[in-house]
Amino acid sequence: MATDGRMFWRLILKLTISIDKMIVHAIFFYTFSIIAVVSAIMVTASKNTVHSVFFLILDFISISCLFIMIGAEFLGMIMLIVYVGAVAVLFLFVVMMLNVAQQKNQWFAGQATSKHIPVGLIISTLIFFEIIIVIGGWKYKPEIFDINNSLASTSVSNTHSLGQVLYTDYIHVFQISGMILLVAMVGAIVLTFRQRSGVKKQSYIKQISRERAEGVEVLEVQSNKGVKIDD
Amino acid sequence: MEYLSIVFQEVYKILFLLVPVLVSVAMIVWLDRRVWAFVQKRQGPNVVGPFGLLQSLADALKYIFKEIIIPSSSNKIIFILAPIVTMTLALIAWAVIPFSATKVLADINVGILYLFAVSSLGVYGIIMGGWASNSKYPFLGAIRSAAQMVSYEVSIGVIIINVLLCVGSLNLNDIVIAQQNMWFVIPLFPMFVIFFISALAETNRPPFDLPEAEAELVAGYQTEYSGMMYAMFWLGEYANILLMCAMGAILFLGGWMSPIDVYPFTLVPGAIWLILKILLLFILFALVKAIVPRYRYDQLMRLGWKVFLPLSLTWVVLTASYLFYFNLLPVN
Repeated sequence: MATDGRMFWRLILKLTISIDKMIVHAIFFYTFSIIAVVSAIMVTASKNTVHSVFFLILDFISISCLFIMIGAEFLGMIMLIVYVGAVAVLFLFVVMMLNVAQQKNQWFAGQATSKHIPVGLIISTLIFFEIIIVIGGWKYKPEIFDINNSLASTSVSNTHSLGQVLYTDYIHVFQISGMILLVAMVGAIVLTFRQRSGVKKQSYIKQISRERAEGVEVLEVQSNKGVKIDD
Repeated sequence: MEYLSIVFQEVYKILFLLVPVLVSVAMIVWLDRRVWAFVQKRQGPNVVGPFGLLQSLADALKYIFKEIIIPSSSNKIIFILAPIVTMTLALIAWAVIPFSATKVLADINVGILYLFAVSSLGVYGIIMGGWASNSKYPFLGAIRSAAQMVSYEVSIGVIIINVLLCVGSLNLNDIVIAQQNMWFVIPLFPMFVIFFISALAETNRPPFDLPEAEAELVAGYQTEYSGMMYAMFWLGEYANILLMCAMGAILFLGGWMSPIDVYPFTLVPGAIWLILKILLLFILFALVKAIVPRYRYDQLMRLGWKVFLPLSLTWVVLTASYLFYFNLLPVN
């Protein structure tokens, strides 16, 4: 009887531990996803544009937390570095520099904004159907997605397996996407670059290579006459 | 209950890490002022406690009893959040720093990426503080600082790639162990120099302290802050400097490894070696502050984008081709 009792309590303990872990996992998952969804809504709903950029950053961070929770730690960290560390900073820059903070974001209020509603509706229905197609495919034709699953192995780390696929099978796609980004960058520079005349520029080589002989001139100044410095 | 005990253990570990970090931040402020003073033939803080060691404590006490002033036209929530963000980000990064092969709070696979991500998030404390103050000087300081930090992050990222090519892992302990035979400072010496200078720019230290250049911008993004909130910015800044020193020690100076692998040196625990290396780098930081005059802002940007980025990118190609040619690429 005694051993039975102990077994029983051990079983209970094991159960509570496993339930505990699952519950904690669930708590974290729901916390991050609620923050993600709420901040995504607040991006569009907040009146101050700078606030919406900050909500966007919060959204990125909680999504990268979700990535880390499903074991995609490399993706989560890259998300943080690229989106939060670089892209969102530029967003903030633009929003602050343009001083859009002063113009209040009137949500579904003015006549001007109501013109954009049909376009927004079309885009959001498109995205909605895309998500439905992906989820439906996942549900009813799981064998399509098995190809991708076979690549993921548990023996090597996340980063290694990504690198092994990215630089072998998909090297051309990878290079082409890099080229597209480069073209976009060159395009942006060409569009905004203007050669203006009459702009004073400082050449650092000239500044460094200045010597005493060409910079300083010692003159004997006579009283009541002054000196004519080079025009 | 089982889970709670795990949580308590972790909290104990975190406190055991954070309290020494905070104390050493206070000490490092004293050291910084002391080194600065000695270079200029002054005494520096030497009144409170032995050698003035308790100066930072006295300063902290002063800040605690000062009034916190929140400007009436500021954006209050973000104004209060900004120093908290700076402080938190400076402290959470210490979770992945290995003090020996086993003494590490979170031995994660992507340790170096985590460090890099957290240090790149550090911009936000400054931008938030500068924008929420709703005042000209803080705003200009914040914009300058954000541009500066984003630019120098790029070259730090490329330098990290250099080290990763030699290691073949993103784990910080693996990076330290890969330097068993030779510290990376020897083969990658130019990268170490560039890392050091970029770290100065990344933490807004002189000669790159333009965001808070007192001659032109009062105190930059901190202008409107007072009392404990100012002190939190200050602590966060110094914690960030220590963190960059730790990063340099781990990437280039062999982390917790003893300099020579012979008997009396190996007895010394790894944590001591790491702390000594961090201190060495920090004293270099302090010396630079005392010796070098402030850069001009356009020169700073030129240095980041036109000198450091091409140099470190070229070095990536060189390292990769060297490793490939001599078949030294780490494969696991």
